[in-house]
Amino acid sequence: MQLVLEKRAERSNTIALISPLIAIGLTIATMSILFAILGKNPLLALHAYFIAPLTDGYSLQEIAVKATPLVMIAIGLSLCYLANAWNIGAEGQFLIGAVAGSWIAVKTQGTDAGAWVLPAMLVLAAAAGALYALIPAICKVKFGASEILTSLMLVYVADLFLDYLVRGPWRDPQGFNFPTTAEFDPVATVPLLIEGGRLHLGSIIALLVVAAAAILLGRTIKGFEIRVVGAAPRAARFGGFNANQLIILTFAVSGALAGLAGIIEVAGPVGHLQPGISPGYGFTAIIVAFLGRLNPLGILIAGLFLALTFIGGEQAQIAMKIPLDVTKVFQGILLFYVLACDSLILYRFRLVFPNRQVARGAG
Amino acid sequence: MELVEAIILSVLAASTPLLIAATGELVTERSGVLNLGVEGMMIMGAACGFAGAWFTGSIVIGALCGIVAGILMSLIFALMTLGLAVNQVATGLALTILGVGLSGLIGAGLVGERITPAAHLDLPVLTGIPLIGRVVFGEDAFVYVSLALIIGVWWFLYRTRAGLVLRACGDNHVSAHALGYPVLRIRTFAVMFGGACAGLAGAYLPLAYTPFFIPGMTAGRGWIALALVVFSSWRPGRLVVGAYLFGAVTILQLHAQGWGIGVPSQFMSALPYLATVIVLVLLSRARTGGSTAPAALGTVFVPDR
Repeated sequence: MQLVLEKRAERSNTIALISPLIAIGLTIATMSILFAILGKNPLLALHAYFIAPLTDGYSLQEIAVKATPLVMIAIGLSLCYLANAWNIGAEGQFLIGAVAGSWIAVKTQGTDAGAWVLPAMLVLAAAAGALYALIPAICKVKFGASEILTSLMLVYVADLFLDYLVRGPWRDPQGFNFPTTAEFDPVATVPLLIEGGRLHLGSIIALLVVAAAAILLGRTIKGFEIRVVGAAPRAARFGGFNANQLIILTFAVSGALAGLAGIIEVAGPVGHLQPGISPGYGFTAIIVAFLGRLNPLGILIAGLFLALTFIGGEQAQIAMKIPLDVTKVFQGILLFYVLACDSLILYRFRLVFPNRQVARGAG
Repeated sequence: MELVEAIILSVLAASTPLLIAATGELVTERSGVLNLGVEGMMIMGAACGFAGAWFTGSIVIGALCGIVAGILMSLIFALMTLGLAVNQVATGLALTILGVGLSGLIGAGLVGERITPAAHLDLPVLTGIPLIGRVVFGEDAFVYVSLALIIGVWWFLYRTRAGLVLRACGDNHVSAHALGYPVLRIRTFAVMFGGACAGLAGAYLPLAYTPFFIPGMTAGRGWIALALVVFSSWRPGRLVVGAYLFGAVTILQLHAQGWGIGVPSQFMSALPYLATVIVLVLLSRARTGGSTAPAALGTVFVPDR
């Protein structure tokens, strides 16, 4: 018996639509087995993961807060992946954005700086993220160095740089030697949408980013170029599209969005710069981008779903003592199923029995 | 003298996991498959290897558990990319995410436990030779295995018919298929070999390098191993040089901190990663007369029967 792939005459739109749902269904089935192996009641665990966070207002806000960086980073990454440029260092660009924006917050701390502080932080963070993403992009275009490896190596560099800053020059003198900056001033903080709640302005910015990406990809020539260069490089060359220029552009945009997400996270929910500000947003965003089929609206939904797993994971840990690593396992398995189901769009799976065929051929 | 000896010993120890993992990935990539999941397979090798050694008290069984874990992980990758023709880059990333999570689950109960690390060779007279004695005749078994492995791979790739066929699959899968070679089966074996090596390399860390397990202890070594394969331009000889060079950078960085050089430790820790970027750029730039990468590397192959 052998598994054989047959190319479909054209991509199946029905399956393109339902494949993420099949993937989620298969993931939930697999996770139930894993919960049972861990000795937990699968139904209770699934309830803690997926239903409980949806039932109270605080958790709902928390989901939106967690989805904000995921969606912003994933939108940028989707542009890269559509153009066949493999930026997997968004985590580093996120951290560098957080560092660059924090620089203004730290330097203006305790002064009577006005309302310009937060906008300046956002702009600087986006610029820094873009510049940091341009390093692998330029290494790729000018020297042909693999952007996958260079962008990933720079994640570790960014992480160590942030660590150095908060343990050294930027450490809060009144912070009891903890590696953190002082709490940002109110002018350097992302405003909340609801008084006393968790939801902040960043979520609105994320929605604007989704809308902008939808317009870029659906309504502009640049967006068309990005899609053609990725899907049909030869056709793009004949069309006179400059693939290298698009690598630079998509890397810069995705770096800027990751950097922006970084400063919004630091100046919003966290409130100060410290190591460990990201529970791997830059990597989880890769899953979000694929689960959302590299489509802006899809990414918004996928981002909310992945955020739900983060919050659900925390609640399951508290309520049922399920280890937090289960969330990572869940995300990894989900990405596998998403990719496998995507294969169904282009191919038909068939099991063939070679022996019988040989017999028929001989007869 | 003793300091020099100590430095050489620690460089060898730091280089060995890189060399083992990169050797496996070199074979995988030579068959035309790019498996970016080395980090995930390594960390699973570390967790399962430590678990095996801790339960049985045997380093050999621990190493075998690491190898099996690596192979199982690589089989998921093979099923996805070779069986279902899924994008290799994305699948490799998924494998790393899964490996990091699963290893955390497996190793959670073992954090804080210790084992007796792998024994070092101890020959009468020979190991006692000053300076080179312990370097050449006093290593743990992993170091000797890693060297045997890379020599074996060199011999296989360039001196055997099977090695030639494997390289053919990596350079032109359509032609190899037309000649009647089972491209997907050959690639599956190459991916499994890569998984076995990554698992062994991961197991080396808790079994010989440090006698305990901490989550995330591979700390990006799998990614450096991937970079080393590019660095070596897919040649076993250069891979050895590259691995020891990177081991040396890692160790030098530690000693520089001890010598009180006035640079923050984080900058020194960033050196191996920065070195990888610089080396990638320099090498890619030097290669003006066409790439030396296997021509079919990372491309999907669906036989048309």
